[in-house]
Amino acid sequence: MAVAQQEILNKTAEKETVNISGSVALLEALIAEGVDTIFGYPGGAIMPIYDALYDYNDKLDHILVRHEQGGIHAGQGYARTSGKVGVVFATSGPGATNLVTGLADAQIDSTPLVCITGQVFAHLLGTDAFQETDVINITNPVTKWNYQVTDATEIPEVLAKAFYIAKSGRPGPVLIDITKNAQIQLFDYEGYTPCNHIRSYRPKPIVRMPYVEQAAELINKAKKPFIIWGQGVVLGSAEQEFKTFVEKSGIPAAWTILGAGAIPTSHPLNVGMLGMHGNYGPNVLTNECDVLIAIGMRFDDRVTGRLDKYAKQAKVIHLDIDPAEIDKNVKTTVPVWGDCKETLPLLTALVEQKQHTAWLNKFRDYTRQEVEAVIHDELNPISGEMTMGEVIKQLNDLTHGEAIIVTDVGQHQMVACRYAQFNNTRSNITSGGLGTMGFALPAAIGAKYGAQDKTVVAIIGDGGFQMTLQELGTIMQTNIDVKIIILNNRFLGMVRQWQELFNDRRYSFVDIESPDFVAVAAAYRIPGKCVNERAELQGALKEMINSKGSFLLEVMVTKENNVFPMVPQGCSVSEIRLK
Amino acid sequence: MTNFKTMSNQDIEKQEYNITVYTENQIGLLSRIAIIFTRRKINIDSLNTSPSEIESIHRFNIVITESEEVVRKLTRQIEKQVEVLKVYYHTNEDVIWQELALYKVSTDVIAEKVSVERLLRENGARAVVIRKDYTVFETTGHREETDNLINILQPYGLIEFVRSARVAIIKNSEGFNAKLREFERLEPGEEVIENEYLNKGSKVFTM
Repeated sequence: MAVAQQEILNKTAEKETVNISGSVALLEALIAEGVDTIFGYPGGAIMPIYDALYDYNDKLDHILVRHEQGGIHAGQGYARTSGKVGVVFATSGPGATNLVTGLADAQIDSTPLVCITGQVFAHLLGTDAFQETDVINITNPVTKWNYQVTDATEIPEVLAKAFYIAKSGRPGPVLIDITKNAQIQLFDYEGYTPCNHIRSYRPKPIVRMPYVEQAAELINKAKKPFIIWGQGVVLGSAEQEFKTFVEKSGIPAAWTILGAGAIPTSHPLNVGMLGMHGNYGPNVLTNECDVLIAIGMRFDDRVTGRLDKYAKQAKVIHLDIDPAEIDKNVKTTVPVWGDCKETLPLLTALVEQKQHTAWLNKFRDYTRQEVEAVIHDELNPISGEMTMGEVIKQLNDLTHGEAIIVTDVGQHQMVACRYAQFNNTRSNITSGGLGTMGFALPAAIGAKYGAQDKTVVAIIGDGGFQMTLQELGTIMQTNIDVKIIILNNRFLGMVRQWQELFNDRRYSFVDIESPDFVAVAAAYRIPGKCVNERAELQGALKEMINSKGSFLLEVMVTKENNVFPMVPQGCSVSEIRLK
Repeated sequence: MTNFKTMSNQDIEKQEYNITVYTENQIGLLSRIAIIFTRRKINIDSLNTSPSEIESIHRFNIVITESEEVVRKLTRQIEKQVEVLKVYYHTNEDVIWQELALYKVSTDVIAEKVSVERLLRENGARAVVIRKDYTVFETTGHREETDNLINILQPYGLIEFVRSARVAIIKNSEGFNAKLREFERLEPGEEVIENEYLNKGSKVFTM
């Protein structure tokens, strides 16, 4: 007999205990943590939780996906746009193992997630029971923390710990494996207490002023300072503090793809994108600056190129909340260990108001060269097949930088990150560290749930779309509004580019055949259109943006186009190629 | 194409490091710590885990042979684990360490060859068990000492031998009690610089 929700709240408020099941305790914990959306897929080992969920329709919105991987990517998209913890349910065995890719993705991109997996009865553990897998050991390397619950009484405390760990410090995915007996077991529930301290875990270090002062001194003396920022600014909700710092110090700033949008694309001090396919100026001038200020970024190998030829001439100041990141890849001169929301204002107070006009103009100069060599033709081709760049440009003209762009992985991802206009933070949702193909479609669904008042546009390649296209079923069933653009070049473009540049055009298994995507969408009751000619593009994009619900737009783009500039693997950022 | 062989043979000085990890008593934590090493293809020479002097706190002693930079990065990764309280790393000079070894020898050999008996006595071995057919000896000490004794006993017929993991105490540490109390406070005090006992070996009074 289900104990009414109100009764639970009343009794626990009066310090009385209520006799409820582990499953109900789980759901109460979720509600207490402010969860209102769950992405999940039921199964045998998680049935008691789903049975309890049946009575929580008004409080918890459960979205039934079509594959657990879709569920967890949706949870990621939700967490990225809303800033809240994404919650995912999956059953034992294959359900749990289907989450692994998403967990690895969330782990490397620091996305807060709490995943609940069902597990067989505790007495069956280790017996190779039906749908039993050793989830804890499988997910040890890809979660920030995981735990197996075998007794219902543990549930409130473990969930509290899980949410605290997932969202504090450097966020990350947490997996809680609950055995079926614990889900069914009744116990005397005393109410839910959120966790705010674990003695072995220090999410936020004390800021040490001497380092902040040293950093400020270096910045004030610098002739050619350069700021590079990443997702840390977004995760710390420090966009305002960051903007103030940049504007006061007058220092040109460049971004990693996960940091995009923290300050608007159009900001005069935003000098562009870093990385293997980043902008010309930021890459070359990294090796000419005298002080490099890294904020909330981890010096990923795609950003640094060869480490022995990266910013060796510069004094490096690294602001990061994770002490393991400081000095991991790049030797720092001044480590400013802390939450950038706290450290940035302290730094801003000590830096002098300045303008570095001549130095900034060097960036503009490189931009001019890049526009001439690459950008102009990519965004404004006059003849020939359509380019990916021009589609993004036309999209910008319609969204004016207000839309949330969710990208999959590959050439289109690089093109979209480079050319999309971002006015707001949390607008560029993409799989950065892991580069998971198939990320975009489910992530777009989650992103929309996390930001219902924004237009969400998913930009996907023909390869990546086929990896998770079953989530069209989720869109169909929920009627969620997601605009989908498939940039179809009939190739696994990024691999083909490398085969062209480095393997003598030996196109080994990159020519991929796709179905009629519009027909597939129609089968899922989603309207769509395919565009083959430049003349049709603008109209089709308009139709997509203005459509009342989801819409799939397939654009046939030129088959063999390369993304430039490029820093080839093993090369220094100074060796960036324009063609 | 970068020559990967020469990059790894750069001979950044590798030496033995003793890594001490204080953790909560949590099932599965051993696995989480081990994978930090295996992921980087680092061989663990010795691993010991046992309860520490404080209730519910466990202590790991891990010995690896690597350069200081690698060890420093490793210890930071280990400390990142939620259930890990603190990690220290030291060279052999900064710790006092022991390893245990057991040797099973045929009792006849011991009875007949008086020299063996004397050798065992000279090497500080003590008899743990004496039976009609075999005797088990134990030595506690450093690697070189136990290795030496194996070499001596081999020709006389060493039936079986087992060596334990290394346990080590940091010379200059003050135990973990005070530190733990700091961790338990909601707002821990001014963070001590990581690894405050490194290179303080000279400050310890030695005979």
